[in-house]
Amino acid sequence: MGWQKKILRVNLTEGTCISEPLDMGWANEYLGQRGLATKYLVEEVDPKVDPLSPENKLIFATGPLTGTPASTGARYSVITKGALTGAIACSNSGGYFGAELKFAGWDMIIFEGCAEKPVYLYINDDQAELLPADDLWGKSVWETDEILHRVHQDPQLRISAIGRAGEKGVLYACIVNDLHRAAGRSGVGAVMGSKNLKAVAVRGTKGVRVADPERFLKVVAEKKQVLAENAVTGQGLPAYGTQVLMNVINELGALPTRNARDVQFEGASRISGEAMHEPRGSEQKPNLVTNQACFGCTIACGRISRIDKGHYTVVNRPEYWGASGGLEYENAWSLGADCGVEDLDALTWANFVCNEQGLDPISFGATLAAAMELYETGVITDEDTGGIALKFGSAEALTSMVQQVANGEGFGRELALGSRRLCEKYGHPELSMTVKGQEFPAYDPRGIQGMGLTYATSNRGACHLRSYTVSSEVLGIPEKTDPLVTDGKPALVKAFQDVTATVDASGLCLFSTFAWSLEDIQPQIDAACEGDWSLDRLLEMGERIWNLERQFNIAAGFTGKDDRLPKRLVSEPVKSGPAKGLVNQLDKMLPEYYQLRGWDEGGVPREETLERLGL
Amino acid sequence: MYRSLSIDPDKCTGCLQCEMACSYEYEGVFNPAHSRIKVFTFHQEGRFVPYTCTQCADAWCQHACPVDAIRVDAETGAKEIKENLCVGCKVCTIACPFGTVNYNHDRGKVLKCDLCGGDPACARACPTQAITYVDGDWAGYEKMRAWAARTDNATHA
Repeated sequence: MGWQKKILRVNLTEGTCISEPLDMGWANEYLGQRGLATKYLVEEVDPKVDPLSPENKLIFATGPLTGTPASTGARYSVITKGALTGAIACSNSGGYFGAELKFAGWDMIIFEGCAEKPVYLYINDDQAELLPADDLWGKSVWETDEILHRVHQDPQLRISAIGRAGEKGVLYACIVNDLHRAAGRSGVGAVMGSKNLKAVAVRGTKGVRVADPERFLKVVAEKKQVLAENAVTGQGLPAYGTQVLMNVINELGALPTRNARDVQFEGASRISGEAMHEPRGSEQKPNLVTNQACFGCTIACGRISRIDKGHYTVVNRPEYWGASGGLEYENAWSLGADCGVEDLDALTWANFVCNEQGLDPISFGATLAAAMELYETGVITDEDTGGIALKFGSAEALTSMVQQVANGEGFGRELALGSRRLCEKYGHPELSMTVKGQEFPAYDPRGIQGMGLTYATSNRGACHLRSYTVSSEVLGIPEKTDPLVTDGKPALVKAFQDVTATVDASGLCLFSTFAWSLEDIQPQIDAACEGDWSLDRLLEMGERIWNLERQFNIAAGFTGKDDRLPKRLVSEPVKSGPAKGLVNQLDKMLPEYYQLRGWDEGGVPREETLERLGL
Repeated sequence: MYRSLSIDPDKCTGCLQCEMACSYEYEGVFNPAHSRIKVFTFHQEGRFVPYTCTQCADAWCQHACPVDAIRVDAETGAKEIKENLCVGCKVCTIACPFGTVNYNHDRGKVLKCDLCGGDPACARACPTQAITYVDGDWAGYEKMRAWAARTDNATHA
């Protein structure tokens, strides 16, 4: 068990909701969530389809540990062909929605086709129906959440929705659940919007069972203790969230600043996790109100923040006076350091709007940073921006542009294309800090070499959550490696990629791996699921998932030539900090990585590799 | 010594481990929908508040029950639903001023906290000690202690 062994297939064109048994043969090969949903996508979708066409499918998938007391067992993922990248997209989210879907008796929802008019899916245990969403179209995520709770007279509904950004086809629109948790990257919200699907509202009362409850509860209790006793998961993350990293990465000279022209930001300490604790503004209260856990999580790294009532972004706007999802490290970086902005409340407000309207703050911030560089070099002018000076450091530029993108107005329509398309349009593709069309996050690969290979080879475009070598290169988990050298990094990246795929497939959160190794996770999976889930089997499965995603991308038209970093990262030496004078040495790592993966020189998996993995 | 559940919302992170533990104790399934303790989120204020039966000394639910299905456990003092007697009339759910007695449609019985026979699963599962099981006559002890620690004491200045 662990699985509910049931999937919901929703045909939006036909307006049907049909229950199907979960393919347990595939579940045994791919476990759940990211792995299993990828298998369904690969089997059912032509990799060459237009991501925004009815032929693309959109899968909401839980893992076997989602909705169980295994700590961090909150996660669900949205799997589709990404609107931003054209590559496989798998965006992972926490909150409570994933567990609720499981409690309603479903492992997965597969959306296919396209609704003629806006609809939302309402699930009450076994009952599932598509309902008209004409009145919801044009509403924000927050308004949609409120209306659906009211309409169904059920305060315990859990809701996942797109905002105006997803409706308007912003290419990095995300899907937001529980008001401020997001399946954030690759434009999964744009795919949802293209299908005229506004929201999924779920209420589940059936619960989740595991194969061996007694053994499961015993091992789960033991492993929670490991999280509690670990310095990162027991202290650092609850106190500062992922924002614990801002000052650390800045010191290390790996904080991409002003579109990665610099690697250290003079305002870093003012937008850091520590700063969120400091009393400030007219009220002399800290930005941070409290930390919050996702379902079942004993780490509780989430930030709940409030904007000072005297701040210009919220004067006379009481709708933004309450507490809501605050700055995580990636968002504080993209909206802050990458745009050169050091106004903590302005960043918090821009982040609120990203949640409210369903925008990926990483891609939005990095796209704005590219536009700022184009503006400062005179390529983009006031005529283009409607008179708004897109200068690095301008909080006003940040807060006006986030609204314009969300509302599909003015220069926001250009920013909605994402950094790659924007920079190509203005004739400077080299200024786009992207891989496979996706903006890279908050670690400069010139100061943390392994992250260069991570970005270059990530199956969903540049991303830190596919092989977070920062763990090893900065934090020393599981063991310390030198961030400035490339030796050993190909093997490190491969190992992290495979383990991460397994963790994602289980329904647990990757952050658990600051304290847990796969040896800690394996017995939890083994007790929850039928069958013998050995360490070797799980490791091989991670590798299988990775190769299956790679095959999808190759069939979609990607080649080894797409495993490349932006020119700046491999040709412009950094100007300050410990990595001064360095570029990322991707060329030294990539061939060895291909070899370790059992791929040919062009990055294509060899026959014997596929055979070994049963692909 | 009678013990009681002590709840400190300041420490709650909203993880719902208590709800899973409670429902598992109740029906052998991880199912917050059938938990007898609920965590309420006050989103605008960023507060999470676990709430459950306080085991009234003179219990409204018990008085209201027409079939005498709510009994006091001699050891724990918990007011327990005897499912073999409960007829599912729900009068107790009306009588309880706090809403902590609820109806389970699947079983046709009401459900409420019974302190798990003296070892409450919610308190065991709580990762932050927001829920603890303490001396019933001194539920305020830790809170008193915390305030006592803040009291100015000139001799240690």
